[in-house]
Amino acid sequence: MIYHTTPSQTVGPYFAIGLPWPDGPHAIAPDHPAAITITGVVYDGAGEPIADSMIEIWGADPDGRYADLWGHGGPSTVEGFRGFARFGEEGGSGEFELVTLKPGPVKLADGVVLAPHLDVNVFARGMLRHIVTRMYFGDEPEANAADPVLARVPAERRDTLIAQPTENGYRFDIRVQGPGETVFLAV
Amino acid sequence: MSKNGTATQHAVYKPITDTPDCYLRLSEEEQTPLDHPQYKSSRLRHPKQPLVYVPQSITEITGPQLGPERVQGELDNDLTRQHSGEPIGERITLSGRVLDTEGKPLRGTLVEIWQANAAGRYQHRWDRWPAPLDPNFSGAGRCITDDEGRYQFTTIKPGPYPWGNHYNAWRPAHIHFSLLGRAFVQRLVTQMYFPGDPMFPYDPIFNAVRDETARERMISRFAMDRTQPDWALAYEWDIYLRGPGATPFEEAL
Repeated sequence: MIYHTTPSQTVGPYFAIGLPWPDGPHAIAPDHPAAITITGVVYDGAGEPIADSMIEIWGADPDGRYADLWGHGGPSTVEGFRGFARFGEEGGSGEFELVTLKPGPVKLADGVVLAPHLDVNVFARGMLRHIVTRMYFGDEPEANAADPVLARVPAERRDTLIAQPTENGYRFDIRVQGPGETVFLAV
Repeated sequence: MSKNGTATQHAVYKPITDTPDCYLRLSEEEQTPLDHPQYKSSRLRHPKQPLVYVPQSITEITGPQLGPERVQGELDNDLTRQHSGEPIGERITLSGRVLDTEGKPLRGTLVEIWQANAAGRYQHRWDRWPAPLDPNFSGAGRCITDDEGRYQFTTIKPGPYPWGNHYNAWRPAHIHFSLLGRAFVQRLVTQMYFPGDPMFPYDPIFNAVRDETARERMISRFAMDRTQPDWALAYEWDIYLRGPGATPFEEAL
């Protein structure tokens, strides 16, 4: 028998009661020598920051291994690496800050190589279900050019998925609607 | 290192457990819409460009190991015992199973909830409507599902509350749920409702789910057999996350 999924409903404005964890934004301890900080702002269709947004990221470690429980090819051997981070706080400003390790390329069994990337979930009041995107790295032009997922994105919109290097990491702004709208994915 | 002992630059992925290598896909029609004009806040907060279809790769079929370390003490699933006194309201237990679409239980998965108090007020600085806060109620809880995928909370029944969507708008009473599942694509944030709520016909969030039977899947069941005499009423609600799906040809990534 196949059951139907439970429908999604909005995270609403008050998720900060239950969802933030003290170490939520840190997929790795911030004092790890290879830690990178990802900053960005989530904008709405009027170009205003979405103050009550929540961002989650999930990705591989620098060896291309995942910190998952289920044994997919790994798991990650980097001590303290969770692979997953969540940012969302009471009284947020729309700007998020996440700490992780820069993922390595991921080589699949059939020889296909995925460019370093993070999967990203965006939640907010006004979103009846979360939206999914990917973050790629601006200093990996060759890997990005060969990535099979980026190849599916219209060329003129690919730059919306590419984070730019900063002093301590990368900048990844998310535009939910309007000019420069970020590419969101159906997975 | 690969099987024959030669070093490889990066790990090569092959699932070594019985977890699916592809999850069920939901069509746009089967999902809660992102653009729902009756829900005003969705107007500027939905993408106008169509979503780009991508195959599920290793990143989508894996997920984080979030376990007992996310649960904040033994009383994290009892929202009535997190303060020195008891919260005001109708004490209830709320339990059910987390399953996939094949009916397989998701064991050891994190369930996070948050809710308003009995008067319909959230313990949040942005909630300012004139209903009382309850010093004995924070409104958040967490637990990990057991071997049968079962979760259980003790809490108080939240009240309905007004909101600014339209004149005299009220939300039906609900409890927010957040689930991680095992895979990135199983992620679900939703709301659980109570049977027979008179606000159902008027709520644009509840009615954003187009199909009536789908809406019913968000409504808990009063469970007389789980009530505790002289202590608490009980509601039961099972949650279904995406399960294994067929791999279409173009998914071959």
